[in-house]
Amino acid sequence: MMLGYQRSDGRKGIRNVIVVAYLVECAHHVARRIVDVSADMDVHLIGFPGCYPNAYSLRIMKNLCVHPNVGGVLLVSLGCEGFNREALHAAVAATGRPVETLVIQERGGTVSTIATGVNAVAAMKASIAQTPRVPIGLEDLVIATVCGGSDGTSGLTANPAVGKCFDRLVERGSTCIFEETGELIGCEHIMAERAVTPALGAEIEACVAKAAHYYTVMGYGSFAPGNADGGLTTQEEKSMGAYAKSGESPISGVIKPGDVPPSNGLYLLDVVPDGEPRFGFPNINDNAEIVELIACGAHITLFTTGRGSVVGSAISPVIKICANPDTYKRMPDDMDVDAGRILNGEATLDEVGGEIFDKIVALAAGGRSISEALGHQEFILTYKSFEPVGPACLPLRARRA
Amino acid sequence: MTSAESSPLILLHDKDNVLACRRRINSGETLLIDGTTIAARGTIEVGHKLARVDLGPGDVVLKYGVPIGSITQPTRIGEHVHTHNMKSDYIAITTRRSTGEEKKS
Repeated sequence: MMLGYQRSDGRKGIRNVIVVAYLVECAHHVARRIVDVSADMDVHLIGFPGCYPNAYSLRIMKNLCVHPNVGGVLLVSLGCEGFNREALHAAVAATGRPVETLVIQERGGTVSTIATGVNAVAAMKASIAQTPRVPIGLEDLVIATVCGGSDGTSGLTANPAVGKCFDRLVERGSTCIFEETGELIGCEHIMAERAVTPALGAEIEACVAKAAHYYTVMGYGSFAPGNADGGLTTQEEKSMGAYAKSGESPISGVIKPGDVPPSNGLYLLDVVPDGEPRFGFPNINDNAEIVELIACGAHITLFTTGRGSVVGSAISPVIKICANPDTYKRMPDDMDVDAGRILNGEATLDEVGGEIFDKIVALAAGGRSISEALGHQEFILTYKSFEPVGPACLPLRARRA
Repeated sequence: MTSAESSPLILLHDKDNVLACRRRINSGETLLIDGTTIAARGTIEVGHKLARVDLGPGDVVLKYGVPIGSITQPTRIGEHVHTHNMKSDYIAITTRRSTGEEKKS
């Protein structure tokens, strides 16, 4: 049986992590040392580098600190930065989680703040060991997917296999999230037809059009040189491969970073900022996308890769699904699932989809993914700006209320 | 996938005019494309694609049954289809040598 951690907002976690969060780059070293000295695989470093305040990053940090996989929070502030540490502290305290804020300028500097922080983490670790354990089912889980280092095999093996897994999860009451509207350019019309209402379909088309405009202004599509080395020629070809991760379930809604889906079913995360481009690329790398998915409540992220990514994430484990059989041969120790066997006729899409499903169940029962066991806890958060989603985006809003 | 398991080529959709490679295809290797036997024109890596029919500039490339770009150079059946003879109809792609300062076309 899968046992989760009961949280005060009704959600259940599959991990009981302590996050140590720096609130400006100037506090990064102190926070990292606290994590290093604590030497515990369930103490994770997150943070925000900027000194200027930003509503998006405050909201994402709040959502991350009250994520169901998080049991306690230590905030590390330099003291003079713009981040609203009081609001973040209060949001965590309101959930009943242990939370402490250390201001380096008030704690006597680097050495004493590290020492105080290490003690605070140890005390928190003892206190969260008492978190109630409760049965957790597939209907409690939010599962996200992302692709990174895609190549021509991604859309043939790993991505459609994740789609098969998503279909199974949705059937069993899970919430599933796919994303990166810039990598869905060219798929907007077929995707809109899967929306549960025509108005939602129009919103899906609109958010892909927004992505196309944004990336055009940036001068780059969401397309890396390795994508072309691996046989992908155009953005729309990459999109069609990426789109296969969503499976065939109806699309229940569109959310933005930090929105927790209001029902079970399949959701599209619109990651492209609203308004004219201001702070640069929508997501500067794969981990920026994973962080947003976790801020939407994802317990686990399914990461497909053709070229061979090695990343994991802070807070929620990442399952790595390798699309390319040659890549798998080169770096098997970084991959949870070998989807390239599909190309050789050694496994079907359904079989690999089932393997991914089984990995999810094993992780939710306390098992570790490969990137998690290797200590991968990548994290990045930068500036962005969003408007709330419109009413047509969440037609099922009432279902979980 | 509609192709025979033993073929190195995958036809993803009946409407497609390109085929995906299940494994590396060596130059000169004999390929069977819709009943026609041809010799592969150059080495083509796993996951890359080749022309199912003769294609010319302006032809829309279909994969998964949907448009994924258009042809820029005459391309013969069995030839590698990639950045040298095909382009996006949405947004240009970049290489490791791009600086980010190029003029948008």
